[in-house]
Amino acid sequence: MSAVHPLLRAKRRKAALRNLAFLSPWIIGFSVFFVYPLLSTVYFSFMHYNGFNAPTWTGGKNWSYIFTQYPLFWPALRNTLWLVVVMVTLRVIFGLGIGMLITKIRTGAGLFRTAFYLPYLAPPVAATMAFVFLLNPGTGPVNNILGGIGLPTPGWFTDPHWSKPALTTLALWGIGDLMVIFMAALLDVPKEQYEAAELDGAGAWSRFRYVTLPNISPIVMFAVVTGVIQTMQYYTQPLVAGKVASGIIGNSGQQFEPGYPDKSTLTLPQLVYNLGFQRFDYGSACVVALVLFVLAMVFTALLMRRRNGFLAAED
Amino acid sequence: MSRLTKAAAVAAAAAISLLATACTGQNSSGATDDAGKDVTINFWHGWSAPNELKAINDNVARFEKLHPNIHVKVQGNITDDKINQALRAGGSKAPDVVSSFTTDNVGQFCSSGAFADLTPFLKKSDIDPAATFPKTMLEYTQYQGTRCSLPLLGDAYGLYYNKKEFAAAGISAPPKTMSELKADAVKLTKSTGSSYSQLGFMPDFHGYESTPGHLAAQWGVKYFDANGTSQTAKDPGFTAMFTWQQEMVKALGGFSKLEKYRNTFGDEFGAKNPLQTGQVAMGIDGEWRLGMARDAGMNDLGVAPFPVPDDQASTYGKGYVTGTIVGIANTSTKKNAAWELVKFMTTDTDAVVSFSNAIHNVPSTLAALKSPKLDQDPAFRTFIDIAENPNSTTTPASVNGGAYQVTLQDFGYDYESGKAKNLKSGLQGVDAQVDKDIAQAK
Repeated sequence: MSAVHPLLRAKRRKAALRNLAFLSPWIIGFSVFFVYPLLSTVYFSFMHYNGFNAPTWTGGKNWSYIFTQYPLFWPALRNTLWLVVVMVTLRVIFGLGIGMLITKIRTGAGLFRTAFYLPYLAPPVAATMAFVFLLNPGTGPVNNILGGIGLPTPGWFTDPHWSKPALTTLALWGIGDLMVIFMAALLDVPKEQYEAAELDGAGAWSRFRYVTLPNISPIVMFAVVTGVIQTMQYYTQPLVAGKVASGIIGNSGQQFEPGYPDKSTLTLPQLVYNLGFQRFDYGSACVVALVLFVLAMVFTALLMRRRNGFLAAED
Repeated sequence: MSRLTKAAAVAAAAAISLLATACTGQNSSGATDDAGKDVTINFWHGWSAPNELKAINDNVARFEKLHPNIHVKVQGNITDDKINQALRAGGSKAPDVVSSFTTDNVGQFCSSGAFADLTPFLKKSDIDPAATFPKTMLEYTQYQGTRCSLPLLGDAYGLYYNKKEFAAAGISAPPKTMSELKADAVKLTKSTGSSYSQLGFMPDFHGYESTPGHLAAQWGVKYFDANGTSQTAKDPGFTAMFTWQQEMVKALGGFSKLEKYRNTFGDEFGAKNPLQTGQVAMGIDGEWRLGMARDAGMNDLGVAPFPVPDDQASTYGKGYVTGTIVGIANTSTKKNAAWELVKFMTTDTDAVVSFSNAIHNVPSTLAALKSPKLDQDPAFRTFIDIAENPNSTTTPASVNGGAYQVTLQDFGYDYESGKAKNLKSGLQGVDAQVDKDIAQAK
């Protein structure tokens, strides 16, 4: 191995420092807003910490409490996974479908685009409350219409079997974000590829499967990965829906029923709030936060691997 | 490992520990400030309605007139989340005096030292709590002997009944026992197919204030034994309450039918509360309903103490009592001055009475409860009597807030819906869970 000339070494060091200087805004932000909170969360997950007194070491007590004694953890995990699988899938399919529809229609596209995008702009709390009132099984117009035409009238947010489908309906209503992204991706697909496929006798499904999908697959992957991460953090809508539908308001600081009805709208982020800010058990809250982090990482890694395989197959 | 690597590892560990513990806050104890000097203190509270803000500000103005050297900076509409954050952070902008609408977090405030122990201050001012405050209010403002808060007005729960619907059903007086309540509720219920045109009483635990905690108070239950162990399965009151509730549900048409009807109710704190619309003829509620019903133009609501179990008929007049609490932040460096404000607001009879009259909450001192200046409205007096009743009870403070109440409620929902079949084993499960949760929080 030949020795590196001191001048070259100095030049390399200078270049490395310059690169570091350019990267420093990101490094500082990443360290302060990601690495430090993550390390703190790991640290506190092994501590008994109530937010007021200094933390004390408890070993794996918080972990064992969450997995074996805290009755809300497993229902919340099941609900979160249900929403990740069903809600994310339906949102991607629905967003893509609406995007395709609007890129195809010749007249009134602007009107439809606006109509489908506007709900996305509604504040989550207001939108959720509106949905709870619209879907109220006793007085809501939706059930009045369904009943009027002889269809079954579900309990929606008051029925544990219907509460998650009701939340999914709310998520589909606010599909505007995905619709816009898919529209941009669909408009980017080269027209010549469709023309060539048509000349080869490809039908609508074949054109979608072999032309559209490969072209927009990075966008589909983006929609799925961000959808999974967003759904892991799903907090406001299920919390508001559960509280409004239960009818119980309570005072500030009072603990409330988790995930009405029958814990069916309980998600993992709600547990972080319940444990950390209502029960003053920051250690256990950190355990749940870490479970969320690991799940999000695993889902993302699996999806990325699947996508790489998919792209390789396409190539 | 090289020395440099070791040093880096130690430095990194120290840095992580330092960063991780940086937000733990500091607890100071003892009051060394001079309350006679010119000082400004911060007072945080949760009231937000214009009449409430006027009442609290008037009280503070009276205090400042009496203590010209103590200036009070008042911050209203504060939630418990903000309070907790400020109590942890401390500093000159943090509150010195804090009030909270819920009694649930007193256990946490007292056990963690977030609120200062008020016993030395009470002794210094020659105030005997037992001779000053009602028994139940004393109970919910302390935790395991540490008195870190005092009551600042209270809430009492009683029976509201629709006088017109009573007259139409030929009922001359409100029920006094649970059997009478059940009989009257059935008599007042008018079914229309799968629903009701009028319901006598909503027994479901989601029926706004008909929660397990509020109803169980009528049986005089005790949630914990002397060792702090949960005892809902051992205390016969809980079993009796759940049994009575299930009988009521069955007698009035069953859980599904009642739940379907409940979904037609308007907002609890809105004009279309079912007691105010006449959808429900009787209900359990706090004294605040009086003003709300009148504001909604409903003048046919009568009030009475909530019925008691048949075998406790002699205790008729009792009820569930709770209220607002006030304490001094342990991070405060002006505790003596803060105490002067707390003492004035919680023990000065005129201050308590005028505040009570202004916001229609139950006064929180024995002297104020007997004051001739107190609102003489007979309906309001009913709640005063409930608050004064020696048999009235409350939900005790716990180290993890109201978690034990939520656990009991959750079981109640399962039991009333038929998901949980066995009452005894269900309550044993509640006890086991409550004990686990408390052990985890300690």
